[in-house]
Amino acid sequence: MRPFAYTRAADVDTAIAEVARDSGSEYLAGGTTEVDMIRIGVARPRRVVDINDLPIAAIEDLPGGGLRLGGLARMSDVAAHPAVRERYPAVAESLEKGASAQLRNMATMGGNLMQRVRCSYFRDGDRACNKREPGSGCAAIHGVNRTHAVLGTSEHCIATHPSDVAVALTALDAVVRLRGPDGERTVAFDDFFLLPGDTPDREHPVGHGELITGIDLPDLPMARTSHYLKVRDRESYEFALTSCAAALRMDGDAVAEARIGLGGVATRPWRARRAEDILIGAPATAEAFARAAEAEMADAVPRSMNGFKIELAQRTMVRALTTVASRTGGGAA
Amino acid sequence: MTIPAQIGRGMDRVDAHAKVTGAARYSAEHRPPGAVHAVLVGARIPRGRITGIDTSAALAAEGVIAVLSHLNLPKVAQTPHLIPSLAGTTAHGQSFFPMQDDRIHYAGQPVAVVVADTLERAEYAAGLVRVSYAEEPWVTTIAQGRGDTYEPERIFGGFVPGRIERGDVEAGLARADVRIETTHHFAANHHNPIEPSATTAVWEDSKLTLYDATQGPTATRLTVAQLLGIPPSDVRVVSEFVGGSFGSKAMIWAHPTLAAMAAQHVRAPVTLALDRAQTFTNTGHREEQEQTITLGATRDGELTAIRYAKTSPTSPFDDWAEPSMGPVNRLYACPAFEGVHHLFKAATMTPTFMRAPGEGTGAFVIETAMDELAHELGMDPIELRLRNHADLDPESGRPWSSKGLRECYALGAELFGWADRDPAPVTGAAREGHWVLGTGMASAIYPVYGVVNPQRARARVYADGRAVIETGCSDFGTGAGTVLRQVAADALGMDAEAVTAHYGDTELPTTVAAVGSAGAGAISAAAHTAATALRERLVGQAVTDPGSPLHGADPAAVRVSGGRMVRPDTGAGETYGEMLGRHMTFDAEALGEWAPPGGDEYGMATFGAQFAEVAVDPDLGLVRVRRMLGVFAPGRVLNHKTARSQLMGGMLWGLGQALLEATHMEPDQGRWANPSLGEYLIPVNADAPDVRVEMIEVEDRAVNPLGVKGVGEIGQVGMAAAIANAIFHATGRRFRDLPITIEAVMAPA
Repeated sequence: MRPFAYTRAADVDTAIAEVARDSGSEYLAGGTTEVDMIRIGVARPRRVVDINDLPIAAIEDLPGGGLRLGGLARMSDVAAHPAVRERYPAVAESLEKGASAQLRNMATMGGNLMQRVRCSYFRDGDRACNKREPGSGCAAIHGVNRTHAVLGTSEHCIATHPSDVAVALTALDAVVRLRGPDGERTVAFDDFFLLPGDTPDREHPVGHGELITGIDLPDLPMARTSHYLKVRDRESYEFALTSCAAALRMDGDAVAEARIGLGGVATRPWRARRAEDILIGAPATAEAFARAAEAEMADAVPRSMNGFKIELAQRTMVRALTTVASRTGGGAA
Repeated sequence: MTIPAQIGRGMDRVDAHAKVTGAARYSAEHRPPGAVHAVLVGARIPRGRITGIDTSAALAAEGVIAVLSHLNLPKVAQTPHLIPSLAGTTAHGQSFFPMQDDRIHYAGQPVAVVVADTLERAEYAAGLVRVSYAEEPWVTTIAQGRGDTYEPERIFGGFVPGRIERGDVEAGLARADVRIETTHHFAANHHNPIEPSATTAVWEDSKLTLYDATQGPTATRLTVAQLLGIPPSDVRVVSEFVGGSFGSKAMIWAHPTLAAMAAQHVRAPVTLALDRAQTFTNTGHREEQEQTITLGATRDGELTAIRYAKTSPTSPFDDWAEPSMGPVNRLYACPAFEGVHHLFKAATMTPTFMRAPGEGTGAFVIETAMDELAHELGMDPIELRLRNHADLDPESGRPWSSKGLRECYALGAELFGWADRDPAPVTGAAREGHWVLGTGMASAIYPVYGVVNPQRARARVYADGRAVIETGCSDFGTGAGTVLRQVAADALGMDAEAVTAHYGDTELPTTVAAVGSAGAGAISAAAHTAATALRERLVGQAVTDPGSPLHGADPAAVRVSGGRMVRPDTGAGETYGEMLGRHMTFDAEALGEWAPPGGDEYGMATFGAQFAEVAVDPDLGLVRVRRMLGVFAPGRVLNHKTARSQLMGGMLWGLGQALLEATHMEPDQGRWANPSLGEYLIPVNADAPDVRVEMIEVEDRAVNPLGVKGVGEIGQVGMAAAIANAIFHATGRRFRDLPITIEAVMAPA
């Protein structure tokens, strides 16, 4: 078997130093992706540094009204937190629709953002995958690609980003807090997930040794009526075929501001800015939502088996926005 | 006939505690001293030749003891020949054994076995075996092989003819007022029991013990012995706990023999456990299939003819198709029938039995076509079925040994509230937010397969008042070990709690593999015969024993209850134990053998009626099943709790078949694309609706001594059709291909 070293860090600085000094080191948080990846030989760390003891699991108010989710906060704890449920329901809903209860009890928020794609070709060491082995090609483009992405793809990779909660966090303009050997910095959520382009192996603008210490949600009153809708083959324990996180701020009968994230259809948690822009000043009607959704998906690229996602994503958007509009009391859908 | 007290009651499973506490030891968990691990390496191409195997890196890896391939694996003593395990003899899953030469016939075919001291090291080294291939042209799917079909003489391991004809189909269709013609596609399916198949092989001199996950320990014994060329008496198979099967462990595949060969090679006990992905290419599957049907009927709903055809891929070695024409032929009285199977040779292993093999798909075809006909005629679907009720077995023309289908319809309709149903598709009418609602029903039929071999059990009573019933069957989750106690208890006149069952071991009396819903019938026959013989012996001893209060009594009049023999005329009696103790006897035992009568006076099948209510979100393509009801007539019910669990499980299988289950082929690779539980979707708890199971007890004197017709498959048979019919009722749209996917439902009509 492939041996690797295991250490358990007691504080953040030690953990960062342990990982930073060896390019073959990786953090181990909930392990719900990492352990799988090691087992199937796709992740091949020389050393894993267990960070479960680090004091970065709290969920706490930020001065100015936002909320900080600790990098090691468990998905189940975040979903159950009263502040999350009240102020950011799309976050709680997306978490509760992710994975299974058992996995949510283990998986952390930071780990969720760093999870790897579910593309079966990425996980099969014998198949071409530019993400796993740059330059080897993409078997999915002509393979079984029903679940693959239609937005943000390239000729090198069409793997769908699997996270639910990242879709809600994208829509709500969350900020990722990183700490590394060179100190702390923040990255806007939209910048945290890279499009595959011709470097699908590079998924995040994160340096080796950098650790997600937290995710900051801004003070966002419109998020209080936000909603996450997930469409999938079965009712639980399954990734999204399409999903939508949505929030609306109304000005009378017109949309003053919209926040829309899409899941299941793109190579990253997809911020639907084109649809958001179209909706500003529009009435909160199904027709207006459909126009915005259509515009958002205009550049989608279907493959042999996933063309239905383009239409399904639009219907998902319309449904989610309609639900939000009824929650805000502004909609006449 | 009165139903005795112990049989039927919902006794808790005797193995439940061991299973939920982890005390139960499954085949891969038997770790004799010195045991090592073997891991299979599967072929990466679907067809061709091995041009080279480089094992140097694997052999150099830490802990590796040996690497076996066609270059050094011993040849099997006899080329295997597929015979269904119900025959009670060898049960090769396919007429092929791997690693005998350099030919590759299907992706995943074992090409090497790596043996190492730990599982992790064996798995790692398996990835280091470098195999090079010369690939040859192949087909694996109907789309690829449709042009090259043939009509097999027999299918299903020789059990079933490839073509069945009776009456004049052309004339029947000509006189029909209404014709329904449909084509259906069914995705391939895999069993996916929670325990992947596994074997631990232990040699002691020339004697081999296999701890094997199997539906038939005797089948494993005979099959492995034949392949190794050793006497069956030198092979002991132990199979006490088996974590589900659904047909994947009904036949004996290569891995138990490979485990034995590996153990012989390394001179140590070997555990060979398939991983989840390997179960997709080592234990068979339900084949992809296309079925077409034409129904002809008069205006008043009388069927005039049925024409049916099926096309499916089989392996290079065997003419296998699950016999889907069975329910099409046998469900309704119809004067003319023509059914034909078409096969093409594909680069896959031989498909195999998978829960409701044939009935699951065939019933979908006939039962959705009947729904379509009912709609076309403006007739209630149950009424149409009653008008075509088969009073005789349409296939044989014989009377049914028992039926009960009319009663199933009646009780089902009442419990489901069928009378209140608006018969027209109610698109948009029954609405709940975004959901449109609909209901549907279907009939279910599953044959009662007669076993051919004698079924044996041994009953023993101890002087302390306890009893043991022994038979060689395994309990792979059905509740066999529990009902054995109940059957023996009733025959002995004891409480089931005072009876222990020993099973899952070829050292015990022989029974056939529990397959084709025939397991409960076979073991209950054996246990009943043995326990009855023992009771008769003990009563006979008492009435001739001058020291017994029963001395001189008419043995036929003696009643036994709680282990106490009583003569009704005087009320005097004694227990089995008191009598044995008086004679300084520790125990008494009897072997029972039930020889199946093998008569052909009757058509034998189990029937049921199944109902579903669905909610459909046409916009998002979602189908969610709200309610399922199944009413079945499975003959004598040995244990209402375990029977209900099996029937419910079958119904949930039907839900999975309807909406989720599909194994896809990589179009350009010829191998399964989704061999994991993450990608091969089955229903989860959140998908499970309100499920109600009801049983109608019908007396059947023909099938076996207790009239047990089996519950393993019938629950699944009509469920998918009932769901699809409910979807039509909700949406006005027919979805003819399974599974019914989101993309199909959301697509414009």
